[in-house]
Order: sequence, then structure tokens, then C-alpha cells
Amino acid sequence: MFLRHAVWYYHAFLYSILRYHVTVRDALNQALDEELERDERVFLLGEEVAQYDGAYKVSRGLWKKYGDKRIIDTPITEMGFAGIAVGAAMAGLRPICEFMTFNFSMQAIDQVINSAAKTYYMSAGLQPVPIVFRGPNGASAGVAAQHSQCFAAWYGHCPGLKVVSPWSAEDAKGLLKSAIRDDNPVVFLENELMYGVPFEMSEEAQSKDFLLPIGKAKIERQGNHVTLVSHSRMVSLCLDAAAVLAKEGIECEVINMRTIRPLDAEAIETSVMKTNHLITVEGGWPQFGVGAEILARIMEGPAFNFLDAPAVRVTGVDIPMPYAKILEDNSIPQIKDIIFSVKKTLNV
Amino acid sequence: MRKMLTIISNVLRGSASRNGARVVVSARTYADFTPQATFDIKKCDLHKLEEGPPLQAVLTREEGLQYYRTMQTIRRMELKADQLYKQKIIRGFCHLYDGQEACAVGIETGINLSDHLITAYRAHGYTLTRGGTVREIMAELTGRRGGIAKGKGGSMHMYTKHFYGGNGIVGAQVPLGAGVALACKYLGNNEICVCLYGDGAANQGQIFETYNMASLWKLPCIFICENNKYGMGTSVERAAASTDYYKRGDFIPGLRLDGMDVLCVREATKFAAEHCRSGKGPILMELQTYRYHGHSMSDPGVSYRTREEIQEVRSKSDPISMLKDRMLSNNMASVEELKEIDVEVRKEIEDAAQFATTDPEPPLDDLCNHIFYNDPPMEVRGTNPWTKLKSVS
Repeated sequence: MFLRHAVWYYHAFLYSILRYHVTVRDALNQALDEELERDERVFLLGEEVAQYDGAYKVSRGLWKKYGDKRIIDTPITEMGFAGIAVGAAMAGLRPICEFMTFNFSMQAIDQVINSAAKTYYMSAGLQPVPIVFRGPNGASAGVAAQHSQCFAAWYGHCPGLKVVSPWSAEDAKGLLKSAIRDDNPVVFLENELMYGVPFEMSEEAQSKDFLLPIGKAKIERQGNHVTLVSHSRMVSLCLDAAAVLAKEGIECEVINMRTIRPLDAEAIETSVMKTNHLITVEGGWPQFGVGAEILARIMEGPAFNFLDAPAVRVTGVDIPMPYAKILEDNSIPQIKDIIFSVKKTLNV
Repeated sequence: MRKMLTIISNVLRGSASRNGARVVVSARTYADFTPQATFDIKKCDLHKLEEGPPLQAVLTREEGLQYYRTMQTIRRMELKADQLYKQKIIRGFCHLYDGQEACAVGIETGINLSDHLITAYRAHGYTLTRGGTVREIMAELTGRRGGIAKGKGGSMHMYTKHFYGGNGIVGAQVPLGAGVALACKYLGNNEICVCLYGDGAANQGQIFETYNMASLWKLPCIFICENNKYGMGTSVERAAASTDYYKRGDFIPGLRLDGMDVLCVREATKFAAEHCRSGKGPILMELQTYRYHGHSMSDPGVSYRTREEIQEVRSKSDPISMLKDRMLSNNMASVEELKEIDVEVRKEIEDAAQFATTDPEPPLDDLCNHIFYNDPPMEVRGTNPWTKLKSVS
């Protein structure tokens, strides 16, 4: 009798967590599925997106459901297929161009910048380009230098592009749907290490019309002592660091940028004006990076006068990514690096 | 009574014959013109094709006059641009199309306005044939608000409906064109895309990537190589291991033809369009043509080729002269009539140049507009942190 109750409770417990928890991968898959269903003009192209179900299984099941016309496997020719995707967008379709990782987008970067980003401006509004470029960005695990670069700063540099970097499953779903519905070129930077991470998904987020606005950051954790600004996987580390610091009485406000460009400077400024301390945390290289831009904006804006200490950046180490685990682990920010930087900034 | 009637009828006939004579003389002149004629055109070199375009082309008087007018308009427009550039009223890049008119005009007559076209930076001729006006083209060159891109694009970035520019990066327009073709196939609208590039671009890797995908997916795309023998200052022999550009598509059928003969270009384009529309996939055309100017206005064009060569092409193969000779020798038009067209064209160009030099430059408020489409207005950082500029869609 007791056993039957226990089993029932166990199943109810499993059901409750399984029902409301979705991995980032599945959230992206849902977003793609819903947008493909909603608008005939949306289609996905890239390497292995169709019959292989996606190199990272993000597009699992879509080819079976939508077929060859809407889910297109391309040859390994990034410059060519990115250009084809941009041309299709110019002629009225709404392509989603997947780069297996953003490292390969460098081969096609001319099409992203010169053909997609700049065209609406050069044509003085005659030619919009409604396209999404998506794929995993930044460091993975053990994939070494050529496969680990973060492109947030590279794409974030360019006018005419929107650059999005989701963290949670809700971010992934809401922002990808918004990106697909956006009439402009959007670079959507995912993270391979986040694909398998489950997040609680609210009722609202499970709706087919759940959208998150591009260009608005989210405060993931309220705090009064220091502002931590981050994007993508590093948000997890910030929250973990904040949990550790809370035990010592230091309350961090953690901001999830969600969008790199346009940057939600206002959200960061408001937070800094409250906490008086700022630390940016990113996986990418320090020079001319996302953190560098945020710090410059704070210098130039109203929040500067509220700083009690110089704003600083926590970044990846300024080297190509090494392979050996011990070296790789020490090439990107760890929780201890964030904690150390917070204490230095607060002078404790 | 009869006498009176005779007198009256004589008077009437007299006045009638006076007016009638003029009418009759003019009517006789027009009635004299051949309404249409059939011309032999050169055979195309074929690659992976059993048969090519027809060896004869029918040209009506109306068509001939229209082709003449359009080619002459392009010619005079480009020469005027040369003038304005030397007066420093046009600045930056200016790549002129004179000599190649038969390509733009011939291609357009082989397709419909509802089809699509994309080219590289030598694009003024195509902007015209695709529906742009001389006024807005010239005003774009001079960077005025009446320009086809409101002064924001310049020589290399002009757009009209179903014309995707005007592209500055050599070869980048080729995958774009195949993408347009993919959209045509996807939407099932029986439209095709003409995708142009030069002999210099023909060696670009992304073009071969595009050949592969266009062929795999049977995209309705006509790839056209305008071979004007020089990629900037490098002759084709110095740039390409194989100068048989019409064969470089390998598995894609190809044609090589005389790009100075507007009828040749027209017939080949019709043939190619039919090939695409019937679902056979892409096809490649190489147009052998010539540019009288250098690569751009900063290139005199005589350091890598001789003046004699340029002169020879001008005297023996000029596309406008060729059409003119054909029409005159077949009594399809008179010298006066063609001269009258020349005068009208000259006037149109003068008016356009006048507009292009007097129209005001774009307003500074327009500086940050057209970043995003369908977006609410946003702020753009100016040159310093205190300057915030406004941007609307």
C-alpha cells in the first residue's frame, strides 16, 4: 500500500519536472517547427539539417514532417549556400541558414555582411533581406582552436544586422521565433554546450505565439552590490557565482543580455546606477569584444557617475583555444574567476 | 451644271491633292519601309547541348527602332557619365558600359520584366533595361536625393523591381542570383533569374559552388558571363587556365556567342529561358563583348591594350552601328529617322544630366534611415557620445 503510494508520488514528481522542463535543443526545435508551420515562405538550409536530423539534432524530425522543399541539405559550400539563402530572402522567401558552427561562417561572412546586412541601406529601403543565420557559437569541449571562436563581437560590430545570443530554453524559443519573424538579417548565436541543458518552461512560453523582443535584456537575478552582465552560457556561470557569493552576503544582480546588437544599454545603466559596480562576463576574447563595448557605453553614459570602482571585464584568455582539458578549462572564465573579480571590484 | 461640278471638283481635288500629296508622300515613305526582315546570325558554340538557338532572327521595324533607341540611350548616358566624372560631379567608382549595350538590351528582349536579373558593378545599362529612368540613374551617380537609391548607393548599388543590383563584391552576386532562382522554383511562378558576371569573376570559387547547387537542385537560372576580354587590367589569357567560359560550368550546358550582335543575344537568351522554364535546370551563356572605356573611370584602359584594338572593335563590331547598318540596308528605317532618335536621346540625357547636377543632395536627416525594415524608429550613435541620430525604417 505504501509502495503503491510511493510509486504514484514518484511518477507524479517525474511527470511534473518532465512536463515543464525543456532542453535548449528542444526549445529551438519547437521554434523552428512552429515557424515553418506558420509561414510557407520559411525554410531551413544548411549542412546535414535534413536527413541527418541536424549535426546537433536541433532540426530533428523537421525533414520528415516538411520534406525536401522546406528542409534542404546543402553541400559543404558555405559561401555558396549563404549567398543562395540571401538571394532567396531578397526574392521574397524567409530562409533560415544554418552554419554548422559559426567558425564556418567566416567562409561566408562576405554574404552575411555585404549582401545581407548592408543591402537595405544601400538600396535606400527598396530591398529588405529577411534572413536568419543560426548555429552554435563559441567554445565547445575539446574541439580546439579552429572550432571554438566566439563571433559575438565580429557580427555585433556591423550596422544592418541584429545579433541575438540566447541563454535559456525560453530565450532560445522566444528569440528564435522573433528572429524568424523579423524582416531583417538576424545572426542567432547558439551554444553547443547549452543544447542539452533543461530549463523550466512557463505555460506562456509553451504557446505557439510566444515571442521575446529582440534588443531587450532580462534580469535573471536581482541584487544590490554588483551588476554582472553576460550572454549565452556564461549567464549560468554568473548565476552559480552569485549563489556562492550570496552565502558571503554579496548580492549580485545578473543580467542576461539576450541580444548583442542592438545592445540594451539602458537595462545595464539602470542596474549600475543601483549597484554602483559593473563586471561583464563573456566567453570570447577580450580585445574589441562585447565587454569592451559595454564598458565604453557606461563610460559615455549617465551610469559612469554612479560607479564606485572601475568597471571590468571577465573574458576568455587572449589565445587560440588549446586542446588539452586542463588548458582548455583555463582558457575560459570559471566560476572562481567571476567570484575573484567581484571581490576585487568590491574591494573585499 | 456639269461645268460647275467640274470646276468645284477640280477645286476640291486641287486642295485635296495639295494636302493629300503631303499625306500621300509621308504614307508612301512609311509604306516603303520593310515591316520586318529575317537576318542570319552567327552560330553559337555549344557545350553539352545537342542543338542551339536558331541561326536566323526575325526583326520587326518597331523592335529595331526600340533596340536602337535603348542602346543609344545607354551609350549616351555612359558618355555623359564620363563627362560628369571628369568634371568631378560624379565621384568614387564609375564602371562604364559603352560597347556592351547589345548584351543588356538583347538579354532583356529575351526575358520578361517579371523575370529577375542580377549583375555586378557595371550595372547602369541593366538598371535602365530593368525599368530605371535615365534621370534617377544619373542622379544616383551624382549622389542626389532624386537618385534611384536616394543617393545612398551610388554607381554600384542601384535597384529596381526584380533587379537586385548592382553588386560591389566580385562574384558575390552569383550565389545571390541562384537564390533568387530558388525562390522562383519554390514559389512555382515560372519566373527565371538571369545571373551575370564577368570574365574576371568567372574564376571565383563561389561561382563553382553555385554551379553545383544550381545544377543539383535544377534552379531556373541563366548564368551569363560577359567576357569583355579583360578583368580590370588582366587579360583573360593571364587570368584563366581555360578561357572557354561557356564550358566552365562543366555539367551545365553552355553557349558561346557574339555579344556585340543584339539579335544573337536575344535569340540565345530566348533559348536559354525556354531551357530553364522547362525545368531542365541552369544553363550558361558566354557573351563575347568589349568595353570601350577602361575598367573604371580611374583606368585609362590603354596600358594593357592598344588603342588600335579599341579602334578596330569600334569600327568593325560596334553593336549600335551593326544594328543601324542592318536596318538601313534592309530599308527598315531612314537615316533621318535614326538621326531623329539620336536627337531625342541626346535631349533626354541632357535633361537628366541637368536634373542630376541641380537636384539637391540627400538631407542629413536621411543619414541613419533604412537600417532596418519594418522596425520602430531607433537611435543611432553619431560620431561622438553626445550626438544621437534618429533612424526610421
